[in-house]
Amino acid sequence: MKLKHRNRFFYAGLIITGIVLLLVLVGVVYTPYDPTAMNAQEKLQGASFRHLMGTDNMGRDIFSRVLYGSRITLLIATGTVALGAIAGILIGAFTGYYGGRLDEVLMRVMDALFAFPSILLALVFVSLFGTGTWQVMLALGVAFIPSFSRIVRSEFLRCKNADYVKSAKLQGASSLRIMFWHIMPNCKNVILSAILIGFNNAVLAEAGLSFLGIGAQPPYASLGKMLSDAQQYMMTLPVYVLGPGLMIFSMVIGFSFLGEGVRE
Amino acid sequence: MSDIILTVTDLNITFHDHNAPEVAVEDFDLTLEQGEIVGIVGESGSGKSLSALAIAGLLNRHTLTKTGRIIFDGQDLLTCNRNVLRGYQGDEISMIFQEPMTSLNPVKRIGWQVEESLRIHQPEVTKEERKARCLHMLEAVGLHETEKVYRMFPHELSGGMRQRVMIAAAMIGEPKILIADEPTTALDVTVQKQIVDLLIEINEQKHTSIIFISHDLSLVKQLCHRVLVMRKGEVVESGDVDSVFYHPQHTYTRKLISAIPQISLED
Repeated sequence: MKLKHRNRFFYAGLIITGIVLLLVLVGVVYTPYDPTAMNAQEKLQGASFRHLMGTDNMGRDIFSRVLYGSRITLLIATGTVALGAIAGILIGAFTGYYGGRLDEVLMRVMDALFAFPSILLALVFVSLFGTGTWQVMLALGVAFIPSFSRIVRSEFLRCKNADYVKSAKLQGASSLRIMFWHIMPNCKNVILSAILIGFNNAVLAEAGLSFLGIGAQPPYASLGKMLSDAQQYMMTLPVYVLGPGLMIFSMVIGFSFLGEGVRE
Repeated sequence: MSDIILTVTDLNITFHDHNAPEVAVEDFDLTLEQGEIVGIVGESGSGKSLSALAIAGLLNRHTLTKTGRIIFDGQDLLTCNRNVLRGYQGDEISMIFQEPMTSLNPVKRIGWQVEESLRIHQPEVTKEERKARCLHMLEAVGLHETEKVYRMFPHELSGGMRQRVMIAAAMIGEPKILIADEPTTALDVTVQKQIVDLLIEINEQKHTSIIFISHDLSLVKQLCHRVLVMRKGEVVESGDVDSVFYHPQHTYTRKLISAIPQISLED
């Protein structure tokens, strides 16, 4: 990616996402406290140097839990976007390039999938396969396929009649070669921006699901679950809400700035 | 020069887009000898580009039927297997288009694009040799600083340079037939002349047969050995360039010739 001109959105996104990623990476090797360790003596404390974001109703260090929870959120978001993007790009490429009956059938399936809200789809998945990180990833990933496939399909529709595709055909390139070596590089900005926007949708969807109690199960921390636990202490201990809330906020704003920057 | 390498007989192309089938090309015949340059002239919509696309095997739409025979190398290109056809494309039959601005992939480097048909048809060629042949080819089509051009993107080149790159990409596999579909229409006059000279040079050095499609009769006269005049999907006249130009039989040909703008200058 070339950074030829100053792109404020892109840099802002890069900095915010960088800080978030750094915190999460640090959290992998070191957290101030064990995120699941309870301490009856230090319940519901405010922010201090001992506990940067205070402690929750079970005396667990909120900062450590935020770090741990963001790791899971990012993991799920990555898995979701990877599944959605890979399947969506393949489906979009084939339907866009070949058109015809294949296009009709696959896109109607995509429409049907798109018609379900992703939360509902995830609920169906979870009730079928049980709750847990992988199930959530799979459920959200499937829900993300239609949007990717539509974006890629429209790009392929735009490109497939271009003269350079004709000349590639004339050089004897096979359809697969044309699709992935000649057309795909022309779509990379759009795909990249879709991936980044997909990331922030995935973060929000995961937080939403875990807020509802689907996803990572207690005692493991997850941002959404922490928010829902924090609801009743919102007035007395605002830092409990602010901690995980700020984290979700930074992730989403970081990724959407990046996406916006790439699109420019 | 009497080896016939391409024979097209009774080529008919019909569109079925609308209620009534529409005949776009009717009973098109063409024989092409090794080392010969044949011009196809005619106004827009006369079916000259369609015939060329059919020969190049690029006409594969569902709404269209093609009948007749296009014999190359003992195979009928209209009915042969797609893989067989693909084996010829870029290797034995190449084509350049009217619009050099859009015929190159905007996000790929020039070198990569010129090398593409080598990568496809001669995968045994090493990377270094490929690059060497590509640089040689770029030089052969009259580009300078080939090392630099090799690493450039299409938007960094002018129209004439891009058309040269297209010709380099078409010629790198040393095809037997080069189809040029109005290769000079989008270029300005001085560049047109250079491109035509380049085509003549390629024809003389490599004995590549060229099918040159144009609506510019004066270019056809400079370049071609034989000429076909098309109108509304039919070939109305064909023959040696000189006999067609100086003794046109068909009224349409006469009209075309009289439409060439004349500039009276002492030679």
